[in-house]
Amino acid sequence: MISAFFVVLISFLAGMDGILDEFQFQQPIVAATLIGLANGHVTEGIILGGTLQMLALGWMNIGAAVAPDAALASVVSAYLVTGPAQVSVYEGMAIAVPLAIAGQVLTIGVRTLTVVLAHVADRQAEKGSLRGVDAVNMAALTLQGLRIAIPTIIVIAVGAGPVNAALNAIPDVITKGLAVAGGFIVVVGYAMVINMMATPELWPFFFLGFALSAVTELNLIAMGIIGLVLALVYLQLSPRFNGGNDGGGSTGGTSSGSSGDQIDAILNNY
Amino acid sequence: MSNSVQEKQVQSTEVHLTKGDRYATWWRSTFLQAAWNYERMQNVGWAYAMVPTIKRLYKTKEDRTAALKRHLEFFNTHPYVASPILGVEMAMEEQKANGAAIDDEAINSVKVGMMGPLAGVGDPIWWGTVRPVLGAFAAGLAQSGQILGPIIFFLVWNVMRMAFLWYTQELGYREGTNITQNLGGGMMQKLTTGASILGMFIMGVLVPRWTTMNFPMVLSKVHLQKGSYVDTDTLAKQINSGHLSPQTITDIAGKIKDGQNLGAIKITTVQDTLNQLIPGLAPLILMFIVLWLLRKNVSPIVIIFGLFAVGILAYAFGIMA
Repeated sequence: MISAFFVVLISFLAGMDGILDEFQFQQPIVAATLIGLANGHVTEGIILGGTLQMLALGWMNIGAAVAPDAALASVVSAYLVTGPAQVSVYEGMAIAVPLAIAGQVLTIGVRTLTVVLAHVADRQAEKGSLRGVDAVNMAALTLQGLRIAIPTIIVIAVGAGPVNAALNAIPDVITKGLAVAGGFIVVVGYAMVINMMATPELWPFFFLGFALSAVTELNLIAMGIIGLVLALVYLQLSPRFNGGNDGGGSTGGTSSGSSGDQIDAILNNY
Repeated sequence: MSNSVQEKQVQSTEVHLTKGDRYATWWRSTFLQAAWNYERMQNVGWAYAMVPTIKRLYKTKEDRTAALKRHLEFFNTHPYVASPILGVEMAMEEQKANGAAIDDEAINSVKVGMMGPLAGVGDPIWWGTVRPVLGAFAAGLAQSGQILGPIIFFLVWNVMRMAFLWYTQELGYREGTNITQNLGGGMMQKLTTGASILGMFIMGVLVPRWTTMNFPMVLSKVHLQKGSYVDTDTLAKQINSGHLSPQTITDIAGKIKDGQNLGAIKITTVQDTLNQLIPGLAPLILMFIVLWLLRKNVSPIVIIFGLFAVGILAYAFGIMA
C-alpha cells in the first residue's frame, strides 16, 4: 500500500516533468529507478531505466512537435518490471513502446484542453489578477501530472494476475524475438539525434568516433575527452571562426570579434 | 561626481527589481511549459514567470492588466533559453515602468525576435548533445545495475540546468536589448558547432558499442589439417583416461595463444565475416537505414515497431540470435 502510494506520487512527478522537461523525472533512467526504489527492487529498476534510456535517447519535443512520451512508458513499464507482476526487462522494454504512444496521445489531448485554460488566464488578466494567472498555470500542470497518475492507478488496480496471464499467452518466438530486437532498437535513438545535428561539416566526426569505438577498448570517459579535444581544436583552426578576430570575417561585426576573444581568453587560461 | 549623485537621486524615485524578484523569476521559469497549449503555446507559463516583475513594477489594476495581457501573447522556444529572454524583458519592463518610451509592440517583438534563433541553439545543445551524451554515459552504468548511473544523470543535469537558467537570465537582465547582438555573434555559433562535434563523435562511438546484432548463420564448415588446430578431442581423451602430459598442456596453451581454432572443424558464421571487415558494421548500416526512413518522414514509433517485427522474424527464421 505504501509502495503503491509512492509509485503514484512518482508517476505524478513524471507526468508534470513530461511537459516541463526541467528536472528530468520523466526520463526512464530517473523514473524507473525511483519506481524500483518504491517497490523494493531498485536494481531491476536501474537496469530497466538504463535500457529504456538508450531507447528514448532521441525523444525530444522540438517546437510544437510532440515526441513519444517517456513518462508513461517508463513509469508503467517500471511498475510492471519491479512491482508484483515481475515482468522481465525485455518484456518491459517491449511494453514501453505502445505506452509511449498512448502517453503521446494523452499529452496531445491535455495540450488541446489547456487552450481552454489559456482563455481562463486571459479573463484573469482582464481582472489584473496575478494570483489568477498563477492558479491557471498550476492547474494545467496538475492536469499533466494526472495524465500519468491516472493510468498508473488503473494498472495498479488491475494487478499482476491479468498482466502475467496476458504475457504468458505470448508465444516463445515472440518474446525471444523481442529480446533480439531489444539489442538493436537503440539505433533509432541514435538516428534521431544524428538526424537533428548532422551537417556535411560534422559527418567526419561521426565516422572517427565509429572507427575508434569499433576497434579500441577506450571507455566512454576517454571518448568524451577525445571528443572535447576535437571540438576545441576544430574551433581554433576553422577559418570560419577565426575570421571574426581580425574584423574581416563573414560572420563579422565588432560584437562577434569581442565575444570570440572571450572564448580565446578562456582557452588561453588553460 | 555630481553626475553619480544625480543618478542616485533619480534612482530613489524609480522602481527596481530586487534580487529576490530575480530569484523568484528564476524559480518560476521552471514552470514555463506547465500550461503549454496549441493556441499560444508557452504563453501562460511566460506570464507566470513575469508575475514577480509585474508585481514589483506596476501597482494599479489597469497597469497590471495591460502588463499581463502583453505577456500572454504567443510565445514558444526551448524552455531553457527562455531565461535570457526573460532577463531582457525584465530590463525592458523596468525601463518602461520608469517612464521610458517603450510600447507593447517593442516588448513583444524583442520576445518573438529572440525566441527563434535561441531555440535553434537550445535544441541541438540541450536535447541533441547534453542529454544524449550524459544519458548514454549514465545508461551504460545503469545497465550494469549501478545506482551511480541515475544519480550522476540527475545531479549533473540539474546543476547545469539551474546554473544556466540563473546566469543567462542575469546576463539578459544586465545587458538588456544589447544581448541580441551578443547572442547573434560568433560565440553562440562556436558553442553550437563545438557541442555538435562532441555529439556527433559520441553518437559514432555509441553505434557499434551498445548495439547487439548477432548473425549466427553458418557460412562454411572447414575440416582443418591435423596440427593446425587446438586438438580438443585428444585433450579430452587424455584427461578422461588420466594420462594428461605436461607436453600436451604446453602445446595447447601455445596454440590457443596463437589464436588457432578450437576443434577440428572451423565454423565461420555471417557474424565472423562481418567482424573481419569491422565490428559494428551491421549496426552502422541499420542506423543509416533508420536515418533514411526518418528523412522520408516515417514516424520513429513506426520504425520502432517495424524493428520489433524484424527482430521477431529474424529470430523465427534463425537469421539472428
